[in-house]
Amino acid sequence: MSPRPFHKKLDLKNGHVDLTHGAGGKATAQLVDELFLAAFDNKWLAQRNDQALLDAPTGRLVFTTDSYVVTPLFFPGGDIGSLSVHGTINDVAMAGARPISLSAGFILEEGLPLADLARIVQSMAKASREAGVPIVTGDTKVVERGKGDGVFINTAGIGVMPLGVVPPSGERAKPGDVVLVSGTLGDHGVTILSKREGLSFETNLTSDSAALHGLVAELVSAVHDIHVLRDPTRGGLATSLNELAHQSGVGFRLDEKAIPIRPEVAAACELLGIDPLYVANEGKLLAICAPGDADRLLGVMRAHPLGREAAIVGTVVEDADRFVQLETKFGGSRVLDWLSAEQLPRIC
Amino acid sequence: MKYVDEFRDGEAAKGLTRALQAAALPHREYHLMEFCGGHTHSLCRYGLLDLLPPNVKMVHGPGCPVCVLPIGRLAQAIRLAFRPGVTLCTYGDLMRVPGKDRLSLLQAKAQGAHVKMVFSSQDALAYARAHPNEEVVFFAIGFETTTPTTCAAVQQAKALGVKNLSFLINHVLTPSAIDAILGSSEARRGQIRVDGFIGPGHVSTIIGLEPYRRFARDAKTPIVIAGFEPLDLLQAMTMLLQQLNDGRAEVENQYTRAVQSEGNRKAQALVEATLELRDEFAWRGLGTLPKSALKLRPELREFDAELRFDLADEHVPDHKACACGDILKGLKRPTDCPIFGTACTPDSPMGSCMVSPEGSCAAYWQYGRHRQEQRRSA
Repeated sequence: MSPRPFHKKLDLKNGHVDLTHGAGGKATAQLVDELFLAAFDNKWLAQRNDQALLDAPTGRLVFTTDSYVVTPLFFPGGDIGSLSVHGTINDVAMAGARPISLSAGFILEEGLPLADLARIVQSMAKASREAGVPIVTGDTKVVERGKGDGVFINTAGIGVMPLGVVPPSGERAKPGDVVLVSGTLGDHGVTILSKREGLSFETNLTSDSAALHGLVAELVSAVHDIHVLRDPTRGGLATSLNELAHQSGVGFRLDEKAIPIRPEVAAACELLGIDPLYVANEGKLLAICAPGDADRLLGVMRAHPLGREAAIVGTVVEDADRFVQLETKFGGSRVLDWLSAEQLPRIC
Repeated sequence: MKYVDEFRDGEAAKGLTRALQAAALPHREYHLMEFCGGHTHSLCRYGLLDLLPPNVKMVHGPGCPVCVLPIGRLAQAIRLAFRPGVTLCTYGDLMRVPGKDRLSLLQAKAQGAHVKMVFSSQDALAYARAHPNEEVVFFAIGFETTTPTTCAAVQQAKALGVKNLSFLINHVLTPSAIDAILGSSEARRGQIRVDGFIGPGHVSTIIGLEPYRRFARDAKTPIVIAGFEPLDLLQAMTMLLQQLNDGRAEVENQYTRAVQSEGNRKAQALVEATLELRDEFAWRGLGTLPKSALKLRPELREFDAELRFDLADEHVPDHKACACGDILKGLKRPTDCPIFGTACTPDSPMGSCMVSPEGSCAAYWQYGRHRQEQRRSA
């Protein structure tokens, strides 16, 4: 298909998103052509249809969606674009599945610099290319200034369950099982906090945002029956384990000494009065497996670039109260409860 | 983490616990109040209450700035935030505290009030300078720890000629709260017993040791200023027990790595130059106390939000079932409150002690102490 005739190229340097970009007319078409299609560049999008025609794989499908509203849009180690690709790939992967394609929906705020949008879209394209998971269909809307936060992105993802893999699932944790994490906790959340308006503090931290499906593929091929996989994003490890305790009807006992946390993250959390176990991760997973599989799983994790600092951090226990208990470094034990809302930094 | 992990060392704790147990004479009881909410949280978080000898009882004190703020003052701030053109800047701690009709700043924001969460008074100043068309009000709360930072912002606003920033000052004084506890009718009747205080660490970095000496001298009550790590607290408790055993009542400083006996003179001078005593202030729990809080000095009144917006004092009683007041006085423990964990939880709080990061109800809830206790007694 020949390129459509536009009088002037989009001004990706100094231009801004305006309401015409979402009106479905020529300006929308130009934005799609010159930015989204150019960046994502694949055969499905090139057809310029409102949907993608995919070959139906054999076996079972996994399907998920997630929306991204992060502030700031750009942060060390990533941006809202790469996050929206990694996050949805990870949600597919946590079923043990191999992600095959993504959709992307954009809600843009009038006035957003086109340069920012281009940077975000190129970052999505890079993340998608590196992950080998194409963005095959999409949509763009523009809302009036003041009605959005620059850009909101929704991505959905489809994946295929490998044959012979027992799907990991949140209700499958059993007393005696072992809990592993794939690396240091809290890196993403603390990086974001450190860059938030009004809370600038100097760190060398970067977000851990990463696509975990490669790691998951190796894990499920080494251990066919991993009981649970979960990416501890919002609310961190403590929140994920509380959810799992209820889903599986069990309790957890964690060993604080074994939980990998970078000293910078620990220090920043100390300063802000927040608990790293409740802080978001975007490139880590937790795995729960039978005790006999734990060492094998740990070995596979540690051999993978995204799991070098993996560790066994606790066990699943019988508990009618569904407590997540932490054996502290200090030698006591405390309950890691659900948070009622986002942790807020303290006054003193 | 350096300078933190050392003070959370489990092995060292065993040694200190043995020293504490040895100091607790079997024939007597020790009732110690940790003034600070930060200390209450450390006690709960590290399970220190379980390490104490049975005859050492901790009484949780009122040192939680959010908790002692009366609902009327919060309601005043919320009303202000609903005024067209006004932006109220507040610390995150206050966002979820239930105010009048249980309306919190967070809910008010959702209903259209202009509430902006800030991390320091400097953020409020910067916001005001960047938004000259908004009337920005900084909701200044806290004990002596945060007072100097408010004063710095006031002085900077004056020097920079910032006209659209004012301050709703609710800074309160630690010694007044200690006075109120020691002099309360409940203390006289023996309903509240405090043999010694674990003194506040952060507050004392500013005010030093001098303001506490009269409690030691006149009320014969020993005070040990302590840090916030578990080893700090174990050591401070042991020091208090030793004073009580020796019949001494002195001000001692366990937190020497942060607190100097004269405090921070520069900060004190800044506060002195910016604020003066209010005749009285209505605290939640402790009641109306004379000379217990601060306001802007007359020459800085142009920055006083109460005057700029002609705010009237408002008295809003606490919820009838909420025991925050008695808990702040040390009369009750969180688990003595009939609605603790039932009608009052962090998701649906009735009182400030359940949602403030330094509140004792929040500490009991967050670290699951109440539930472990229930389980043990079941």
